[in-house]
Amino acid sequence: MKTILKSLLAITVLSVVFTSCGNGGSKKGAQGALSGSAAEKVYVAPGEHDEFYAFVSGGFSGQLAVYGLPSGRLFKVIPVFSVDAEKAYGFNEETKPMLNTSHGFIPWDDSHHPDISQTAGELDGRWVFINGNNTPRIAKIDLTTFETTEIIEIPNSAGNHSSSFVTENTEYVVAGTRFSVPYPQRDMPIEEYKGNFKGALSFISVDPEDGAMDLKFQIMMPGFNYDLSHPGRGKSHGWFFFTTYNTEEANSLLEVNASQNDKDFIAAINWKKIEEYVNNGGGTKAPTRYAHNVYNETTHTATSTIKEEVVVVDPSEVPGAIYFLPTPKSPHGCDVDPSGEYIIGSGKLAAELTAHSFTKMLAAIEGEKFDGEAYGIPILKYDEILAGAVKQPGLGPLHTEFDGQGNAYTTFFISSEVVKWKLGTWEVVDRKPTYYSVGHLMIPGGNSRKPFGKYVLAMNKITKDRYLPTGPEVTQSAQLYDITGEKMELLLDFPTIGEPHYAAGCPADLLKPNSKKIFKLEENEHEYAVKSEAEAKVVRDGNEVHIYMTMIRSHFAPDNIEGIQVGDKVYFHVTNLEQDYDVPHGISMIGANTSELLIMPGQTETFVWEPKQVGVWPFYCTDFCSALHQEMQGYVRVSPKGSSVPITYTLDGDAVDAE
Amino acid sequence: MKLKVLVVALVVAMVSSCGSDGKKSDKKAAPKEEKKEVVEVDPMKDKGIGPITSVTLTEIDQAMADKGKAVFSAKCSACHKMSKRFVGPALAGITERRTPEWIMNMILNPEEMVEKNPIAKKLLAEYLSPMANQSLTEEEARLILEYFRTVKEK
Ligand code: HEC
Ligand SMILES: [Cu+2]
Repeated sequence: MKTILKSLLAITVLSVVFTSCGNGGSKKGAQGALSGSAAEKVYVAPGEHDEFYAFVSGGFSGQLAVYGLPSGRLFKVIPVFSVDAEKAYGFNEETKPMLNTSHGFIPWDDSHHPDISQTAGELDGRWVFINGNNTPRIAKIDLTTFETTEIIEIPNSAGNHSSSFVTENTEYVVAGTRFSVPYPQRDMPIEEYKGNFKGALSFISVDPEDGAMDLKFQIMMPGFNYDLSHPGRGKSHGWFFFTTYNTEEANSLLEVNASQNDKDFIAAINWKKIEEYVNNGGGTKAPTRYAHNVYNETTHTATSTIKEEVVVVDPSEVPGAIYFLPTPKSPHGCDVDPSGEYIIGSGKLAAELTAHSFTKMLAAIEGEKFDGEAYGIPILKYDEILAGAVKQPGLGPLHTEFDGQGNAYTTFFISSEVVKWKLGTWEVVDRKPTYYSVGHLMIPGGNSRKPFGKYVLAMNKITKDRYLPTGPEVTQSAQLYDITGEKMELLLDFPTIGEPHYAAGCPADLLKPNSKKIFKLEENEHEYAVKSEAEAKVVRDGNEVHIYMTMIRSHFAPDNIEGIQVGDKVYFHVTNLEQDYDVPHGISMIGANTSELLIMPGQTETFVWEPKQVGVWPFYCTDFCSALHQEMQGYVRVSPKGSSVPITYTLDGDAVDAE
Repeated sequence: MKLKVLVVALVVAMVSSCGSDGKKSDKKAAPKEEKKEVVEVDPMKDKGIGPITSVTLTEIDQAMADKGKAVFSAKCSACHKMSKRFVGPALAGITERRTPEWIMNMILNPEEMVEKNPIAKKLLAEYLSPMANQSLTEEEARLILEYFRTVKEK
């Protein structure tokens, strides 16, 4: 009874806070609409779990953040394309290969479009994929460990933006180039862009068993900009749709010169047809260089392989596989409704939203209703494929998601709003402001056959006055709306890491039962793992010293090491012997030019220390692990180069393996 | 001295307040009970709390004991030496001090044991570092028990 009373009180207090903020803080008075019930809808009591996971990309942070919905609480930032000192990602010896590319080690990227794997068009919760824009890459995150386990670089590509969307059974994760570039890459005058630059659309196959990625083929499209894409589903499964802009093929002042044509295109690609062509030996094996990085969960170690060949397909080789759908004014978002019938193009500069019909598209192809061609690719007649248009919906349409109830939700960047409209009748049902300049929006499963149409999350580019100021750089944010009623209801604002570019969401129950708790020591095949204190040792090999160390609450073995010399390269290979949930340990060494290690139960990680000064130097556990955490420490004695102090290592004054 | 007692009480309170799996029970009671806790239970009757309710012992099975020793050195020896106190108590002769069920429950269910079982609670108060759950199977715990039966106190 008491607890009920207490939580009631808490809710009341919270609601009061919410309401009073609304009255005080708002410039537009828009928050006045926030009622106490909004607070209740996002309130997840202490110890309770959220209903949905949201994987929100970090944009220019290069990472992927995991939030709970409806609370907006941040659970984890998964390092993907950028180094993360907290988790030693890109710092320890095991994960450095993950960030290798054909340009060498790259510590950062710009992460954009997460997409959860699907089976039969529905979210299956096995992996989430995300693209790195700048040095084109696709990453795969394993949703049992919430760790990045594979990164594949995309050759012949630049500004990898129309990526990383999966087909209905995760046959492929698809990556399209934003910038067209010379193909093959070469030293040439930029003004000779037209005709010489190509836009690569890459199809990366995903092994249905273990998720292994493989760059199966690249389609070398005309030198447009390929902006976004989505797969067909249901009846349109087997096709993929890409928006294009700069069909003018301008190479300077694009903001003017790429906005000349009345219509650009959505490229419709029959990938099944091209796959068949390639499977039968079609395409050209072209020389190239790209890195393929795989993290092995058993060895706890990543390896990077440079690949030197890719199959490229010229569209003219596979007639009948690619068509252009004219779409007004530099279309950005390219979204396919749950039935697979409607392909929505959001012309950034257009006055209306365009919906193409897949059925009509097939009929137009059949009846050869063409309006000329571009580089040999037939352009379908606009009127023949149009299903309808949403008139005067707002300014600057960007992206659309679906609730599975016949409604679509589109963001408008310039007019800062989310607009709800009806598929088929194209009428606008509701509009709600966002604060401010919304980009993508996300409904869990909202780009699959089965959306979970309870909430929509809008992700904003600008927040201005919405939060306490933090100097010139202010937080970016996401906003949660309840979409269960006829009208949308704004429930919550919450700050995000980096730029919340896009997100993927799914019911928590899809992932919760599979979430890994520990790594089994028996299964640890790390080259330098030690599975009991008795095996701990220190081995000198020239000026390299390998310390095979263990950690458990709350000591290291060994914890006293002598015989190290200035100029040595000292590898700490540290195994966490714990086999219990939520007992990581950390380790850091004074003066090591790297990050700490944060080691999960049963895992082994390595850092390198090159001592530069004689002395006795301590190391310690960085993760508060038990009541005796402050006791978890050790010493390394560093002698001058050439010293005769022998290697010894002890625990409690004894050799480590003493019974 | 007083400080130490305070620390113990605090730790007990901390540990009990972060019991596993986010159970929602009200856990404010602990410190007061502390004094009354003269362990009246006969340790050789206490079966502890956990999945093991009854173990029937027959003659020592040396093959099992050998396997148990291997599991013990992999999963337990970082904290326990048989003959001397280390991070945890010395374990030689443990089967003469505790029932087989209690030992196996301590291995399989240490969080609840140190939170609720009077003997285990007292041990935690003395050792401060918690007995680790090493996620063993019942079978592995049983092998270790067999190994323990072969190591008598000197
Ligand atoms: C991280 C250190 C640690 C590890 C690993 C560990 N223990 Fe313990 N153990 C302790 C501590 C400390 C205690 C004392 C109770 C407490 O503080 O929770 C204890 C208590 C015990 C007791 C009760 C001793 C008595 O005197 O009643 C037994 C039996 C035991 N442990 C067996 C094991 C076995 C078997 C394993 C391996 C599966 C193991 N322990 C692994 C730290 C550990
Ligand atoms: Cu620690």
